[in-house]
Amino acid sequence: MTAHKRLRTKTYVLLALMVFAGAIGDVLLSKGVKQIGELHHWTLAGLCAFLFQVFTNGTVWLGVACLIGYFICYTLVLSWADFSYVLPASALVYVLVPLLARAVLNESVTPLRWAGVACIFVGVMFVGLTPPSTTQPRRDSTAEQA
Amino acid sequence: MRTALFVAIVVLSSTFGEIAVTHAMKIIGEVHTFTPRAILGVMGRAFRQGWMWTGFALMTAGFFAMVALLSWEDVSFVIPATAASYTVGALGAKFLLRETVNRARWIGVLMVSIGVALVWAGK
Repeated sequence: MTAHKRLRTKTYVLLALMVFAGAIGDVLLSKGVKQIGELHHWTLAGLCAFLFQVFTNGTVWLGVACLIGYFICYTLVLSWADFSYVLPASALVYVLVPLLARAVLNESVTPLRWAGVACIFVGVMFVGLTPPSTTQPRRDSTAEQA
Repeated sequence: MRTALFVAIVVLSSTFGEIAVTHAMKIIGEVHTFTPRAILGVMGRAFRQGWMWTGFALMTAGFFAMVALLSWEDVSFVIPATAASYTVGALGAKFLLRETVNRARWIGVLMVSIGVALVWAGK
């Protein structure tokens, strides 16, 4: 595999992991907080009780773990790929979240939202036509570990 | 006036925060090994970079500005307005990070901005 193909492959893999982790994390967080229900008592005691329920909910923690995974993938891919390449690609989370929300949370998705999803998809395809990195790499991070 | 100011703070803080994080990761250099130990090592080096903490501080400021904005404006206005972050991000990447943003990438960025605005408008 050429260096160029290797770069594109690991970029796509990291971006895919990032997008799935971000979307699943968002949906799990939403599911977890919905399990707890709406905050009604806006007193200090009510707020503490709500936060206690949030931080002891397993679904919320799974969501947080996924979002940490999203952040790790995001920072790793930025070590070689352009920010102007990764940023639009991260918008694919907005494509996946309505799909997952419909499947997992039974949320309805409006036609306007689907139009937005299509725009994002086309936009990311355009960005995908460009090379992932257009700047000179500073140095190899693995050399630091040697 | 207050709304425009806070939208500007949200867009600029979060975008420049992400640009600072990108700069920190470029200083560390391209990651080639993806074992858990190697990833932990990279994240450790990342969090020893001042630019990483600058990025976090800016993104935190952007988050709180968004929360403040949401206290008086509808989310159906705020979120599409902040979709401008994608365009500002591309401009920041071109002029601050010296990335090449060609026509295809600009078209993609603008389509994504419009798409994000529509996704939130359609909520």
